[in-house]
Amino acid sequence: MNEVQGIISRYPQGKQKSALIPVLHLAQQDFGGWLSTETMDYVASVLNLKPIEVYEVATFYSMFNLKPVGKYMFEVCQTGPCMLNGSDDIVKYIYETLGIKPGETTADGLFTLKTVECLGACGYAPMMQQGKYYREHLTKEKIDSIIAECRSIAASSN
Amino acid sequence: MGRKLLLEKAHIENIRLYDVYRQHGGYQSVEKALKSMSPDQVTEEVKKSGLRGRGGAGFPTGMKWSFLAKPEGVPRYLVVNADESEPGTFKDRYLMEFIPHLLIEGMITASYALGSTRSFIYIRGEYAWIVDILEQAIAEARSNGWLGKNILGSGFDLDIHVQRGAGAYICGEETALLESLEGKRGNPRIKPPFPAVKGLWDCPTVVNNVETIAAVVPIINEGGEEYAKIGVGKSTGTKLISACGNINKPGVYEIDMTISVEDFIYSDEYCGGIANGRKLKACIPGGSSVPILPANLLLKTAKGETRYMNYESLSDGGFATGSMMGSGGFIVLDDSQCVVKHTYTLARFYRHESCGQCSPCREGTGWMEKILLSLETGKGKMSDIDLLWDIQRKIEGNTICPLGDAAAWPVAAAIRHFRDEFEWHVTNPEDAVRRNYGIGRYADPVMVPAG
Repeated sequence: MNEVQGIISRYPQGKQKSALIPVLHLAQQDFGGWLSTETMDYVASVLNLKPIEVYEVATFYSMFNLKPVGKYMFEVCQTGPCMLNGSDDIVKYIYETLGIKPGETTADGLFTLKTVECLGACGYAPMMQQGKYYREHLTKEKIDSIIAECRSIAASSN
Repeated sequence: MGRKLLLEKAHIENIRLYDVYRQHGGYQSVEKALKSMSPDQVTEEVKKSGLRGRGGAGFPTGMKWSFLAKPEGVPRYLVVNADESEPGTFKDRYLMEFIPHLLIEGMITASYALGSTRSFIYIRGEYAWIVDILEQAIAEARSNGWLGKNILGSGFDLDIHVQRGAGAYICGEETALLESLEGKRGNPRIKPPFPAVKGLWDCPTVVNNVETIAAVVPIINEGGEEYAKIGVGKSTGTKLISACGNINKPGVYEIDMTISVEDFIYSDEYCGGIANGRKLKACIPGGSSVPILPANLLLKTAKGETRYMNYESLSDGGFATGSMMGSGGFIVLDDSQCVVKHTYTLARFYRHESCGQCSPCREGTGWMEKILLSLETGKGKMSDIDLLWDIQRKIEGNTICPLGDAAAWPVAAAIRHFRDEFEWHVTNPEDAVRRNYGIGRYADPVMVPAG
């Protein structure tokens, strides 16, 4: 809550609606990587907004997940410049390795594959976002090592 | 070769840190502006510099600043547009990631000129780690007296805040950005009123691109007239170009706008030539929205003159035979690439990013995507090519914001210059699935530079 108050204080008095997107980011991070109706209603109460004001924003922006996602999201860019550098092969390789198509999550709940539009890393293509960071210059070997890395972090945190 | 004003110091170790940045002459422009210039004098220098908006539209920055309404007792805002989302563009990211204090320094001086005491950086949500870098730079600037109350004893107060978006290309459009910053969907506003009169929370607001604001630093340090001496004609100063696609050295380059397109692609100082020993087929020189050009029209204008990397030369010939400088997102296609497939990915991008407010854009982008996919997968008809042309014409100019135009132009230019490749997809459906059309007749006069 302190963090929310800090965000609200960036704006002039009475303009706390501006805090909505930053607070939704926080909520998504703290409530399992996605926004349930209950989470959105809670955000509405915190910011003194109507629930519909939160829903209409959460459904507009593609970074907000409205369904549960895996612990690790592979968001592979597939727009022009990444396509020119083989992003199709990366998506295919993740499918072959993890058995998930874009939009799907592995049965163990560890990995979700998502195809996304341009992330502003065109010179370092092919690439994907994984959590907070970008994974760039992707190759099959690099995908293998990222998957292994995620699995070992998951195993050690259990 | 060319002069560097923005990235000159970007390679210095730890330049991201305040102490290093300051030792290398950082924040001198703020000292100069706040101690010896009035806000109007700062705006005057920016006008003299001829600086044009680096986000894509190329509108003169000084003029934009001078349009800002200044009613008594109403706050004014500077909002920096760091929502960099135009495919092919990753220059602002580079600048913020490696030399964040340059942006903060430029923002302080610009905020002083505009009278903004609370300025914002609206950054695309995916650049999450850069938010940390900027917030650290802001904290350092604050603890060293460059932000807060009564900066340098000038009586000027300023706070800077970073606001994260959440994945919406449309929020790079300035009024959609302001809606988003107000906590709403990123639906562009009908103009007028322009943000200069009614912007953030209905107050007068200037929205400028990251690179534009960074350029204020050398303009104040060296003077507007000195800055205007760099470059050519109305393309003054330096421009960041983010080069990508099938080249040997993708990356962010600062150019002084007197270099030819051919030198930019083939010289080792910049793109280093086409990757894997292939030939140049086509290029989108200014971000995905601007027209694609086949190699021959890219390197030389229709009049046979050398084409240069600046606003005027890249647009020489209009959309019939030219393109645009745009955001500086330089996308190169080699001779193995398929223009239909590439155009399809761009159409899919615009369909995904359309906010849905205006019917021509909401419906048209979806139709274009579907038709391009069926052409690419060998299921298209000859009449689909004319249908595509018809749809893009009905989107262009019929929407509230320029996203409609941005979606229409790449499709129009692809058909204009590569119609035979589209037709080949219809007449050879099986080949279209298996292999690409290749270099085609349009790119025959590709020039291989001497040496």
